[in-house]
Amino acid sequence: MKNEVLRDVQRVVLTLDVNGEARELLVPVHKTLLEVLREDMQLTGTKHGCELGECGTCTVLVDGRPMLSCLALPVQLRGRAITTVEGLAGGSNLHPLQAAFAELGAAQCGYCTPGMLLAAKSLLDDNARPSREEIKEALAGNLCRCTGYAKILEAVELAAGRMT
Amino acid sequence: MLRLPRVRYLQPKAAREAAAMAAEHGARAMFVAGGTDLLPKLKRRQFEVDTLIGLDFLPRSVRNGSVDCVIDAGVTLSVASRDPHLRDSFAGYAEAAGLVSSPPLRNAGTIGGNLCVDTRCNYYDMTHEWRKAAGFCLKKDGDICLVAPSSPRCWAVSSSDTAPMAIALEGVVSLTGPDGERELPVEALYRDDGIDYMAKQPAEVVTSLRLRAAPNLRTAYVKLRRRGSIDFPIAGAAVAAWLDGDTVTRCRVALSAVASHPLEARAAGAFLAGRKLDRETVREAAELAAKPAKPLDNADLGHFWRKRMVRVVVEEALGRISDQTGGFGG
Amino acid sequence: MKVVGRPLPRVDGATKVTGRAVYADDMLPARTLHCKILRSPHPHARIVSIDTSAARRVPGVLAVITGADLPIKFGILPVTQDERALEHEKARYVGDPIAAVAATEEEIAAAACDAIVVEYEVLEPVMSIEAALDAPKDERIQEYGGPNNVHKLVALEFGDVDGGFARAEHVREDVFFYQGNTHLPMEQHSAVATYVDGRVTLWSSTQVVHYVHRALSKVLELPMHRIRVIGAAHGGGFGGKTDPFAHEIIVAKLAMLTGRPVKCTLTREEVFYAHRGRHPVLMWVRTGVTGDGRITAMHFRSALDGGAYGSYGVASTFYTGALQTVTYDIPAYRFEGCRVFTNKPPCGPKRGHGTPQPRFALELHLEKIARDLDLDPVEMKRRNFVKPDTRTVNWLRVTSCGLDECADKVLAASRFRERKRTPGHGMGFAISTYLSGAGTAIYWNDMPHSEVQIKVDRGGVTAYCGAMEIGQGSDSVLATIVAEELGLQPSDVRLVTADTDTTPIDLGSYSSRVTFMAGNAALEAARKMRALLVEAVEASGRKYEEVAFEEAAVLGEARFGALTTAGSYTPPKIAGPYKGSGVGPSPAYSFSACVVDLDADPRTGLVNVNKVWIAHDVGRAINPLSVEGQVEGSVYMGLGEALMEEQVFRKGLHKWPSMLEYKSPTFLDMPEVETFIVETNDPEGPYGAKEAGQGPLLPVPPAVCAAVFDALGVWIDEIPVTPEKVVEALRRREKGEPPRYGPPRFPSIPYPPAIKVEPPPRDAAAAAR
Repeated sequence: MKNEVLRDVQRVVLTLDVNGEARELLVPVHKTLLEVLREDMQLTGTKHGCELGECGTCTVLVDGRPMLSCLALPVQLRGRAITTVEGLAGGSNLHPLQAAFAELGAAQCGYCTPGMLLAAKSLLDDNARPSREEIKEALAGNLCRCTGYAKILEAVELAAGRMT
Repeated sequence: MLRLPRVRYLQPKAAREAAAMAAEHGARAMFVAGGTDLLPKLKRRQFEVDTLIGLDFLPRSVRNGSVDCVIDAGVTLSVASRDPHLRDSFAGYAEAAGLVSSPPLRNAGTIGGNLCVDTRCNYYDMTHEWRKAAGFCLKKDGDICLVAPSSPRCWAVSSSDTAPMAIALEGVVSLTGPDGERELPVEALYRDDGIDYMAKQPAEVVTSLRLRAAPNLRTAYVKLRRRGSIDFPIAGAAVAAWLDGDTVTRCRVALSAVASHPLEARAAGAFLAGRKLDRETVREAAELAAKPAKPLDNADLGHFWRKRMVRVVVEEALGRISDQTGGFGG
Repeated sequence: MKVVGRPLPRVDGATKVTGRAVYADDMLPARTLHCKILRSPHPHARIVSIDTSAARRVPGVLAVITGADLPIKFGILPVTQDERALEHEKARYVGDPIAAVAATEEEIAAAACDAIVVEYEVLEPVMSIEAALDAPKDERIQEYGGPNNVHKLVALEFGDVDGGFARAEHVREDVFFYQGNTHLPMEQHSAVATYVDGRVTLWSSTQVVHYVHRALSKVLELPMHRIRVIGAAHGGGFGGKTDPFAHEIIVAKLAMLTGRPVKCTLTREEVFYAHRGRHPVLMWVRTGVTGDGRITAMHFRSALDGGAYGSYGVASTFYTGALQTVTYDIPAYRFEGCRVFTNKPPCGPKRGHGTPQPRFALELHLEKIARDLDLDPVEMKRRNFVKPDTRTVNWLRVTSCGLDECADKVLAASRFRERKRTPGHGMGFAISTYLSGAGTAIYWNDMPHSEVQIKVDRGGVTAYCGAMEIGQGSDSVLATIVAEELGLQPSDVRLVTADTDTTPIDLGSYSSRVTFMAGNAALEAARKMRALLVEAVEASGRKYEEVAFEEAAVLGEARFGALTTAGSYTPPKIAGPYKGSGVGPSPAYSFSACVVDLDADPRTGLVNVNKVWIAHDVGRAINPLSVEGQVEGSVYMGLGEALMEEQVFRKGLHKWPSMLEYKSPTFLDMPEVETFIVETNDPEGPYGAKEAGQGPLLPVPPAVCAAVFDALGVWIDEIPVTPEKVVEALRRREKGEPPRYGPPRFPSIPYPPAIKVEPPPRDAAAAAR
């Protein structure tokens, strides 16, 4: 561990497509997408709970699929579309999922919320009217300690109903 | 925030090039595909490498021939779990892929990566600071096994869900090394050792998995874990049975998470040959399958209970196959 | 009521769903330095020397500090000031902070920590309640308390306990164990400090800015007016962010030394070490009853595994004996409690603080007594329910009480009495109570517990309060109350909260106190404001309801000048006349009842919860959606504790400080929950409201165990109910042993002679005192 920080850092110039905007960045290859989003792009809406792939908090979408930004290297994501919670709303209009989460109190402390919203968006993009079981399956990688998931389940159903 | 060590990232364009890079860098380099196993372990400083060799070039398709199905190693677990052909011809394999960890991990993790997933132990899969406090173990930085201190070997547990299924299905992996390609039965990919758990050369890249379909083939995978998602298996049973009517002509049973390699229960497979899957036969086969399983106190829940559960998961897997042929007693 | 009682969205909902809420770790002021803390790798060791010279030479390191830089001790309770931000004399658990580094990058700070050389003299660790009761092999963990590693002993007796047992027709004793577990907030603790113009500003993920403020002042030796503590957006507490923490003090000190902003965000592993979670508690209970199941006397003993420091532990100890009497009418009661020190992260308050453990024991104990007497357990419990407007034998004042209605709701909805009796399927029933805020402050003072200011001008209305939104909805409660009084919508009310510079004191988000206490303060301030506005509007010849608020504000401002009002809340002085009576009293108690339906597989021991029905007497739901959210979240956490969560140790260290191995239920592990809100209109709560955030957790674990007994005929007398315990209990039953898994005995503990307290007069009039 001691000598690691004395090693040279390999930096690469990358263009990342984040929320539909092409962003050119110079990033150390060992920085995860989570770190680059939060620290280099100030997109702090993406949270982190363990950085080991165990909690789902840092979920973002890559080409529409939920992935954990704590286990993704930007160098592997050239040319792929990354969506964070900041990219969910259309201008100042909330995405129906965001509106439903806010309306039903599906966000209590709000810390797992960005990851939940993105996982739910991916689900609804694939499957406009998921069953309760399908919603649970799709969100089973995202832990929440506040809600007992009940209001989240209702909010996804409400949003699905409004979107179709 | 837990961060990765400073590493270089190499981007070969093909497997041969990747293998050559691995050969050149030796133990200081590792392959990375989906990263779901490697990156947490790097953050916990379980490997000391300064170079990652990206396998992003790996093709990502499932190719169905008339008999053989070739799954590229870069296919993600979620794609494999949903692939209609796999679900149809190799239901147990698709099931196993769909039970790995959690949805976002399956979107990144690959089928090649899951075959190569590092063995696990709750004295080892911990941060550097924790391991320092516990005293380092044989597998990394130490000289004794903390689970079985009197044992000369490492008892870390094979925790792949798909590997036992690939073994039961008599799958074959393609490997590309610096000097060429070769094929290997999946069962020959592993060694019964917590540290050197893979029998392939370190510089060889797993490029694909080939499974052979048969009209009379039935498969099932049953995974036991504490929660409905996220967790590694604490016991798992993969069964492939070739049937003639409702009689088993050939059967292979492989277990996850009960040894340092995916453990084939040969006695159970042999016992089932020529028999019908009635309740009593299934019970006896499960009994035989459980015998060689030796869970130790290095995974979730107690090892006595896990040993007991091996029978249950095998019975359930065989029961599912029996259901597919019309249920217990035909 | 226009807004109270309506299921309105939370006022902070939009901020949270868009990712705009700024949590402490989201902050990165210019020139921020990153702090890492070196922690002890030994559970128990004397620190011989600390050499930081190599760390200081690492390029990018700006400061390295040790305990010598922060020698003053602190602690949440005045009687247990036993913690240091950095320990330089002795390490008491794996994870105890020893040194800290501020560097330009987090990875550099980590490498510098690695370069610090600490020489330890390793001591024998004490890792269990039993070991703590014995003479230490090397030395005691703390220098106070005793004998051996005992931290605190209490013994109280109310009424004629021996007489009560003498007139009992049946007496039963049981032993239970409630395993420790932790809060596991999704957000790791984080704090950022600056030092500008001689003033420290700290943003932190804390539940109580005021207590952090006090601790900083003490340890940094700065007057409170030179420190400002601001609650950042909060990613979950559950009691785990209620103590002042080492990292909060450390970043402030490092900011003072470097003149730059300093941030420290704990790793998930460090959160397990910071802990302050549920105490593991061994319990022994003996109860006497009449033939028809009326309780004549109860004797309750507890032994708490406190970990290495005091934290809230003295209060936790009293809480394990306090609330038994608040649900059941116990005419004579003896309580003996004991907390020990062990070489583990300190335990403290987790959702339900010290009361889920005895609730678990009490509910199962009564189930067993009923079966001894061949009585229906539900009926027997109901015979003993407390009545509204009474005083308990230990002087706790019960006012509104919806226990009966709660029980009715869940029993009817679950069709509990008509349930099919099939092997492997079971249902269980349990009840509970919790405080709506502790009636006494952490530190002795006569000041209000909560204060609210309201400002109205032509720009609108702003409410100021020190209360901290931790996800429980406290901001929405404050906005709703102010809006109701002024005839507005909650979203019309601007809030400034949890900032020690700009908001008046509130004692913070713990003990379920915000709705009741800050709510009452807000109500008073809002009513005063309304009176001013009404007077101004009426002076213009109109009625308040007829004019737009903007116009009312202009009229008010024109008539009175600057429009500000203030309200405050001080709980009534209702504690009993004895030492230790400060723990337990609350201005109001919530009540809950719950039924759990589950399947338990006798072959595997695996338990699958199908559904939970829960009714909660919240007095009055200011926002029913938020109340449901609190109830559902409580049920979730209760199920996690009942079935899988446990903070366990192996060879002196935490066995699995990770989110993979510490099992927090996923979406797929959560059953359907049907919630019933029961409203009893508490006479002192704002609009009749009481608490909702903690009480509904309590009945869940005992209801799970009662249901397991219903399904399989075995008692699991300790939680979590893991499959191996179920299988073992079934094995014992088959062998003809008692069909039970649980602690075999309660240790011998040198409790002092009980202080005998005369109970209050048993009449309703006493309630008014």
